[in-house]
Amino acid sequence: MITTSVESQAELTEAERLQAMQLEHVWREPSGVVGWFKAAHHTTIGKRYFVTAMLFFLIGGLLAGVMRLQLAFPEAHFLSNDKYNQFFTMHGSTMMFLFAVPMMFETFSVYLVPLMVGTRNIAFPRLNAYSYYLYAFGGLMFYVAFLCNTGADRGWFSYVPLAGPDYGPGKRPDFWAQLITFTEVSALAVAVEIIVTVFRLRAPGMSLKRIPIFVWGQVVVAFMVIFALPGIVLSSTMLLLDRTCGTQFFNPAVGGDVLLYQHLFWWFGHPEVYLIFIPGTAIISTIVTTFSRRHVFGYLVLVLALVATGFMAFGLWVHHMFATGIPQIAESYFTAASMMIAIPTGAQIFCWIATMATGKVVLRTPMWWAIGFSFTFIMGGMTGIFVASVPVDLQVHDTYFVVAHFHYVLIGGAVFPLFGAISYWFPKVTGRMMSERLGQLSFWLFFIGFNVTFFPMHLVGIRGMPRRVYTYPPNMGWTRLNQVESVGYVLLFVAVLILLWNMIKSARSGVIAGPNPWSAGTLEWATTSPPPHYNFLHLPTVNGREALWDAAPNQPVVVGLAEDARSFLTTRTLDAEPDGRDEFPAPSIWPFWAAAATSLAFVASIFTPWGITLGSIPIAITMIGWFWPDRQPAERRRAREIWPSE
Amino acid sequence: MRATIVILLVTGVLLVSGCKREQRVFDPGSTGSQIANGVPLNEVHAGGTVPVSNASKYEGSAYAVGEGKRLFEAYNCVGCHAHGGGAIGPPLMDSEWIYGSHPEQIYSDIVQGRPNGMPSFAGRIPDYQVWELVAYVRSLSGQLPSDVAPSRSDEMPVKKAEQAQPKEHPADENPQPVQQGRPQ
Amino acid sequence: MMLAAVPGFDGNQTALNPVGPGAAHIEFEFSLIFWITTAVYCIVLLTLVISIARKRHSLSVIPSPIPTTPESDRTARRSVAAAMIATIVLLFVMLVGSFETSRALGSMNPGNAVPIDVYGHQWWWEVQYPNDEAYKTVVTANEIHVPVGVPIRIHGTSRDVIHSFWAPNVQGKRDLMPGYETEVLMQVDQPGRWRGQCAEYCGEQHAHMSFYIVGESKEQFTQWLSDQAQSAVPPSTPQAAHGQQVFLTHACVLCHTIRGTPAGSRVGPDLTHVASRATIAAGELPNTIGNLGGWIMNAQAIKPGCRMPPNQLPGSDLQDLLAYLETLK
Repeated sequence: MITTSVESQAELTEAERLQAMQLEHVWREPSGVVGWFKAAHHTTIGKRYFVTAMLFFLIGGLLAGVMRLQLAFPEAHFLSNDKYNQFFTMHGSTMMFLFAVPMMFETFSVYLVPLMVGTRNIAFPRLNAYSYYLYAFGGLMFYVAFLCNTGADRGWFSYVPLAGPDYGPGKRPDFWAQLITFTEVSALAVAVEIIVTVFRLRAPGMSLKRIPIFVWGQVVVAFMVIFALPGIVLSSTMLLLDRTCGTQFFNPAVGGDVLLYQHLFWWFGHPEVYLIFIPGTAIISTIVTTFSRRHVFGYLVLVLALVATGFMAFGLWVHHMFATGIPQIAESYFTAASMMIAIPTGAQIFCWIATMATGKVVLRTPMWWAIGFSFTFIMGGMTGIFVASVPVDLQVHDTYFVVAHFHYVLIGGAVFPLFGAISYWFPKVTGRMMSERLGQLSFWLFFIGFNVTFFPMHLVGIRGMPRRVYTYPPNMGWTRLNQVESVGYVLLFVAVLILLWNMIKSARSGVIAGPNPWSAGTLEWATTSPPPHYNFLHLPTVNGREALWDAAPNQPVVVGLAEDARSFLTTRTLDAEPDGRDEFPAPSIWPFWAAAATSLAFVASIFTPWGITLGSIPIAITMIGWFWPDRQPAERRRAREIWPSE
Repeated sequence: MRATIVILLVTGVLLVSGCKREQRVFDPGSTGSQIANGVPLNEVHAGGTVPVSNASKYEGSAYAVGEGKRLFEAYNCVGCHAHGGGAIGPPLMDSEWIYGSHPEQIYSDIVQGRPNGMPSFAGRIPDYQVWELVAYVRSLSGQLPSDVAPSRSDEMPVKKAEQAQPKEHPADENPQPVQQGRPQ
Repeated sequence: MMLAAVPGFDGNQTALNPVGPGAAHIEFEFSLIFWITTAVYCIVLLTLVISIARKRHSLSVIPSPIPTTPESDRTARRSVAAAMIATIVLLFVMLVGSFETSRALGSMNPGNAVPIDVYGHQWWWEVQYPNDEAYKTVVTANEIHVPVGVPIRIHGTSRDVIHSFWAPNVQGKRDLMPGYETEVLMQVDQPGRWRGQCAEYCGEQHAHMSFYIVGESKEQFTQWLSDQAQSAVPPSTPQAAHGQQVFLTHACVLCHTIRGTPAGSRVGPDLTHVASRATIAAGELPNTIGNLGGWIMNAQAIKPGCRMPPNQLPGSDLQDLLAYLETLK
C-alpha cells in the first residue's frame, strides 16, 4: 500500500515515477518573463512574499540606523527635522504595514498552511497572486514617494488634525493613507484564502483536534484580519476624503471629532500587533515541539489561548488613548482587559516550558531563537503591564519607555520567531541546511545588540525623553544612553548581515537537507525539499496531531483524483471526512493586470477623486478577463455532474 | 532589465515633479529674509536683462502656499478681504484685479500698499513671507494646481477649499510677449 | 528610586522624582509593578533555563520523538496550573494597585484649586490665569508659576493640532485636543523649577516644545501674579524708548502683545513680562540677551519651521530692541 512516508526519491516505484512526471507536467509553473507574472502556486507566491517582506525589513532597519545616527548627539544636524520626521514615519509604517503583517501572516500562511494541511495549493490561487502584486505595488508607491520628498511624515498612525488637510500640506499623508489601502486589500484577500484552505482543504483524518498549532494560529489571525481591518479602512478613507474632497469628518469646528480617528485606527491597531505576535507564537510552538521531541504539552490550552487572545485583542484598543482624558470607568475596563490578556499568553509560555521540561531538548539554531524569544518577549510583556496601568501609562506614554516596550514585544515576538523560522524551514524551501555556526553567531550578536540598543530606552524614557523627537537638549541626562543605543545598532546591523550571508551562502552550497532533516512531525516534512509544484506525490491522510510521528505503519493515502488536471479534495470542516473534489484554475496573467489596474486607480485617487470612478473601468476589464470561464475545466466539471435522468 | 529602466525613468519623472510640491524651506537665508521692498511689475523692461521673479518657486510648493494661508490670517488680511470674498477690501477669489493678477503685481500691492486702504508691509515682514502670501492669494481664485493648493481648513467652512476653487480667468491672464531684438 | 540614581541626571523631568501627590501616587504603582514583574521575569526565565539545561540532548543525532501519556504529563499539568494561578493572582494585585492609584488621583481635592488655562499651539504653550475681574487676568507663555501645596486645576485645549501637557515630576500627561476641553488636577509640594515637554507628536518642532512649572511659596506666587497682571512699564531710557519704536514699527507688532502699548496681536506669545521668564523659545533657550538677540534675528536657525520669521534688523536697532525687552520684567 502506498503510504505517506517518503524517505527518498530512490524508493519510488516505476508507477510512482510516471505519476510524478504526470503531476509535474500538469502543475508546472509557466516559464519566461511573461510566465513569471502568471504564477499561481502558493509556494511560488510565498517565496515572493518572503523576499519582498525581507527587503522592506532591511530598508526599515536602514532607516532606523540613520535615525540612531541623528540621535547619537544632542542637537545634532545630521538629519533636518523634516527629514527625521519622514524617516521615523517611514520606519514605523514600513515595519508595521510592509514587513510585520506581510511576513508573519501572509508569507508564512501562504507558503506553509497548504503544505501543513496536506493539499496541493491554497484556495483561490489567482487571488493569492493578486494580493502579492498589490502588496508589492503599494510598497513600491510608498518608496517612490519617499524618494520624491513625499514620504509620510506624520507618524505611522498619522493622527488628525496633524495629518489633516489644514496641518499636513502636500501629499505626504495621502500616500500613507493609500499604502494602507494597498496592504489592507492584500491582507484581507490572504485571510479569506487561509480560512477556506483550513476549513475545506485539509487532509482526511485531520479533524479539528489534529490541526497543527501553527495552522490554528494562522486561522485565528485570518479571522482577526477580517474584523480588524475595517477600522483602518474607515479611518484612512475618511482621512483621504477630508484631504481631497473637503469632507468634515475630523473638523472640530463643525462637529467633526479628532478622537474618532483614534478610535477607528486603534480598533485596528491593537489587533494589528496580535496579527504580528500570534504567528510568532505559532512558530514557537512548532519549533519547541520539534526540538523537544514530544507532542507539545497542553494542545487544548494552547488552541484556546490563541482563540482567547484573538477575541480579547479587540477589547483593548483604548489603552492607546489613556492620555486623552477618558472617563474613569473606561480607564478601569481597559486597564483590566489589557492586563488580563497576559493570561492566555502566559498559558502559552508555561506550556512551552513544560514541553521542554518533559522532553529531550535539542539545541539547534531554531531553538536558540526560541530561547531568545522567551527572554525578549517576556520582558516586553512585563513592561506591557506598566503601560496597561492607566496612572503609570500617563507617565510613560509617548516616551522612549513605550518605544522600548513595543520593540521588545515586536522584535521579541515576531523577529526572533521569524529568524528561528528561517533557520527551521530554510531546508524545506531550498533543500539545503543553513550553517549552524553562522546561525548561532548571528543569534548571539542579534540578542546582545538588541538588548544594548533597546534596554536603555526604558531608562531614557523614564528620565523624561519623549518619542518622535528629532533631537534633544544636552544636560538632560539622555546623551550617554542615546549613544549606547546607537552603538547597539551596529551590533544588530552586523548580526543581520551575517544572517543574510548565511542564507545566501547556504542556498548555494549548504548541506543537502532531504525531506525531513529535523525529524519533525507536521505534513510539510512528508514531501521532498523543496516541495514539487504539486506539493505531495500522494496526498496524505492523518492519524494524530503530529502527522508524521503519529502515522500508522501503513497510513493510507488519497487515491482516485484525476491526475491530468489540477484536482483537489475537499473535506468536511469538523472531522475532515472527504466530501467532494474540484479543480484549481490554471496560472493566469489576469491577476497581475488586475493588480496593476487597481494600483493605478488607487494612486490616481490621491490626486483626484475621479481616480476611483474612471479607474474602475480598467479594473472591470481585467476582472472580466480573470473570470472568463476556461473551456476544459468547465467541460470536465460538467462531465462529473449527476443529473436526475442519469 | 527593461523593467528596471522603466522604473528608473518613472522615478526620474516623479522626482522632478514631486520634489517641488513637497519642498519645505524653513530658513530662506539672508537674501530671502531681507525685508520686502520692491520688484518689477511686468515683463517689459527698458533695455537690459529681465530679472527672474521667484514667484513660481513658491507657487509650486504646497508648504509655501500653506504658510501663505496661515499668514493670511496671522497678519489679518482676513480683516478686510475676509476669506477671499471681500469685505471692506476687494474680493480676491474673483477674476477682477484692480492692479493686475500677476504674482509680481500682487507682491507690489502687499509691499507698497494701495490707495483706499491697502496697508503697506514694506519694512515689516521678510520677502519670502510676501511671496508665500502671493502664492496663497493666487490660489484663492483657483490659479494653482489642485495638488498644491490648500485643502479645506479646520474652521467653519465659509467657502470651497482653494483646491476645489474653479479657475478664474483674469483679463491680464496671458503675459505680454517680451520683444526680442529690433522692433519691427 | 534606584533607576534614577544614575549619574548625570538632573531629575527635573522624570516621573521617578515626584514633587506632588499626583506623581507620587503614580510612582508607587510604578514600583509595585516593577518589583512584581522583575520577580516574575526572573523566575520564569530561570525555570526555562533550568529545564533546558536538565533536558538537553547532547548527541548530534536528533532522537526519535518521545511518546507521552496523560500520566507522564501529570507533574507538568500541576505545575502549569499552579503557574497560571500565580499569574492571575499577581495580575489582580497589580490591577487593584492600578485602580487604587487611579482612585487616589481622581479624588485629589479640587476645592480652592487655582484655575490655570493652558492652550497648546504649534510649538509653544499659552498660559492664562483667569480672574473674575478681567483686568486681573494674566496672560503669559511657557512658564507656569504655581503656589506650593495648593491644588491647581489645569484647563486645557489646543489651538491647532493635538499636543500633550506633561510635567512628569508633577502629574501624568493629558492630551490637549482641538474641539475638546480637558481638566486635570495637579499639585506641587516642593518649590523649584520642574520641566515639562509636549508628549504628542505635533509637527516640525515637537522636539522643542517644553515648559517649566515653577513652584513657589503662596506669598511669592501672589506677588508674581499681581506683577504679571500689570501692563508693561513705559520705557525709561532713550535707548529703551527707541527699542519700543523698533518693536512697534517692525514685524514684532504683527504677532505679539505688550499690554500698555498698541501691540495687541494674539498670534504669538504675550511679551508683556518676557524678561521675567527664565527661558525663551518654549523652554528651549535660557533667556539671555545673546539668545534673545539670536532668536529675533533668525529663529529659523534655532527652531527651523517654527512660526517666528527671521528679522534682519540693523545692529543698533537690535541692541535697542533688546534693551527695551529687558525692561519688561
